[in-house]
Amino acid sequence: MRIDHDALVIGAGGAGLWAALELARAGVSTGVLTKLYPTRSHTGAAQGGVCASLGNLEEDHWEWHMFDTVKGGDYLVDQDAAEVLAREAVETVIELEHMGLPFNRTPEGKIDQRRFGGHTRNFGEGPVKRACFAADRTGHMILQTLYQNCIKAGVHFYDEYHVVDLIFEGGEGGDGGRAAGVVGYRIADGELHTFGAKAVLLATGGNGRMFSITSNAHSLTGDGMSLVYRHGIPLEDMEFYQFHPTGLYGLGILLSEAARGEGGTLLNGDGERFMTRYAPKLMELAPRDMVSRAIYLEIRDGRGAGPKKDYVYLDVRHLGRAVIEEKLPDITDFARVYLGVEPLTEPVPIVPTAHYAMGGIPTDLRTRVVRDEANTVVEGLFAAGEAACVSVHGANRLGTNSLVDLLVFGRRAGREMVAHCRAADAPTIAADVEEPVRGEIEALRTRREGESPSALKAELATLMMDNVGVFRTARMMTAAVAGVAEIKERYARVRVRDTGRIFNTDLLEARELGYLIDGAEAMATSAIARTESRGAHSRDDYPERDDVHFLAHTLAYRGEAGPSLRYKPVTITRFEPKPRTY
Amino acid sequence: MQVDLRILRFDPERDAAPHWESYRVEADPMDRVLNLLISVKEEQDGTLTFRRSCAHGICGSDAMLINGRNRLACKIRVDQLGRKITVAPLAGLPVAKDLVVDMDTFLSKYRSVMPFLIADSPAPERERLQSQADRARYDDTTKCILCAACTTACPSFWAQPSYVGPAAIVNAHRFIFDSRDDAGDERLEILADKDGVWRCRTIFNCVDACPRGINITRAILEVSRAVVERSV
Repeated sequence: MRIDHDALVIGAGGAGLWAALELARAGVSTGVLTKLYPTRSHTGAAQGGVCASLGNLEEDHWEWHMFDTVKGGDYLVDQDAAEVLAREAVETVIELEHMGLPFNRTPEGKIDQRRFGGHTRNFGEGPVKRACFAADRTGHMILQTLYQNCIKAGVHFYDEYHVVDLIFEGGEGGDGGRAAGVVGYRIADGELHTFGAKAVLLATGGNGRMFSITSNAHSLTGDGMSLVYRHGIPLEDMEFYQFHPTGLYGLGILLSEAARGEGGTLLNGDGERFMTRYAPKLMELAPRDMVSRAIYLEIRDGRGAGPKKDYVYLDVRHLGRAVIEEKLPDITDFARVYLGVEPLTEPVPIVPTAHYAMGGIPTDLRTRVVRDEANTVVEGLFAAGEAACVSVHGANRLGTNSLVDLLVFGRRAGREMVAHCRAADAPTIAADVEEPVRGEIEALRTRREGESPSALKAELATLMMDNVGVFRTARMMTAAVAGVAEIKERYARVRVRDTGRIFNTDLLEARELGYLIDGAEAMATSAIARTESRGAHSRDDYPERDDVHFLAHTLAYRGEAGPSLRYKPVTITRFEPKPRTY
Repeated sequence: MQVDLRILRFDPERDAAPHWESYRVEADPMDRVLNLLISVKEEQDGTLTFRRSCAHGICGSDAMLINGRNRLACKIRVDQLGRKITVAPLAGLPVAKDLVVDMDTFLSKYRSVMPFLIADSPAPERERLQSQADRARYDDTTKCILCAACTTACPSFWAQPSYVGPAAIVNAHRFIFDSRDDAGDERLEILADKDGVWRCRTIFNCVDACPRGINITRAILEVSRAVVERSV
């Protein structure tokens, strides 16, 4: 079946929904495709807050937010993008409030704000209250509020459609072609549909499921990143992957940084507040890469807690029942339900958990996908949110900036696509455009012999967790590159057990594994080539940052013999790179 | 420990009617039912079909009938259920396959109550002010994740499928009692209908079913009271 719109939005998290809202309000015919239902997108799992320099409780300025973002990202951030982020954070948060978002309030009735890691006053002097929040379910409220407003604006949703290919006109996306639509697989009956459009937004989120301990939903398999990669468009800065310091021990379920923003502390097995030795000024509110490394080092050096000394504690007992129940109710519930631990009276066992892709699909400030070091635009193709790399997070994202990113750039994407759709003519789509992906899906569905995709996925996740995690060495990354190549080769022969057409999740999970492998390949190859330590990319053989050679973004292009890498310069406007201490 | 897991299976491509199948699963008492379902799918029967995403009680994908009560599979542990566990799809919605139900009617009920803020006054330059007390007034009902556990646990909904159901009323409450909203009367008009709040018989199944701990019956009673006060 063929369905035409002027604009297509792939993914219905925060970035996709805000873009769709802008398009619908401007009267542009828009279809939103999501492999879930919109309210089940992973934006809803974000907890702690969304930063904007409102200054409701203490003095704050967007320039301070911009500086923190640049320094937090270990100077790999494109500073023009960080300026957009910090400036537009203020108006997007206000607009969300106008849309109905139930922020917590100050006694004067303004939006309440709290501290978050790496967010400081006056260029690093000390923590500042910048994170606007709705208890510890800020992401849930953002997702609900945007979905509600999309309903109000009459956005057309295609729920439970899995996008399985991108369509280009006039050549491949990486070779001068223009985006013309997508191929969607309707999960309900396994039918392929061709969706044509003048503008396509990829807002498909991250790929944390390539790691065995992750805060990410099962659905986060990097579909959009992989699809562009297969069409010759590079992936940017894939080696920078964030491990959040406080995942529930053994599970990886996230306990928000808000717990530390409200005054929670980290203790090692000796009961020592060990962050005094790593970040004496900001302590537990140092950026996430530094806190995760500190936890890793405590455990490595035998100061972990528990029978295996393999975790540390998050302690919120001293905050008192009122703060815990009013401002941190959900994460308290997580500790109770999933570990059987009572945070009011016991410290909670935690370990770092794979959390967020700083890298992704390269875009310019207008969210247009770009395909080389000269920022050549792929016409009609846009990306925003975690799937994209604009780059506002550089080598390490600050807490709350994921929500800021998807709101600011989701909104920009919608506005940019409105303008694009008004100027562009409808593309021409060949009749047989579904055939390549139909062939791939049918081969997977009907193969009678082969190994289990779920076992192979578990192997990939363990390989990546063990070798491309918080600390990296050449030996580990070499093992990862070889291991991913071997898994990729075996993936060509996996067999699914469900051969039906109706709601075949066995088939779709196998398809998603292919996307994860692409992301892992780009990540491991980009990581081993970066012979320095910067932000979340930390290696023992190259412990220092190397601005002479690596103040540059990695671009990983897909190739038959593995990815090839190119580099593009970082945009520096206001803040010259300096050593990063807190 | 070993768990006997019984699952109500239905594949419209192969089965004329739903049927029970049993599986023995090795489990830890702290495992959730979702772990067991994934284990069956990966190791015993890849055709077992269910929705899941976040796996920690936030996305609302995996609401199902577990040992006779609606629960999120990712939030109910083996030690809370015992060695014999039965799992069936949510009641009252058409089954698409195994534990997957068609959500269309549920979502259309949600949409029918105008679940979005309607403010008549022009937006100010900064945020609209709201007191902490006014914000607290509707806090409970902002927690809803649209998992459908409440509506599909409601005997009034089973008896009368045209009933708008607890989830939609919860989402109407969230706006009716928001001091920034100006469309409360329109929503109350919708809910004063014969398929609105009066179908609630205060059976409290919804409260038991809600994985977010929302006091749904109280929310419905508050909306009912507002309907009465409006018509006086």
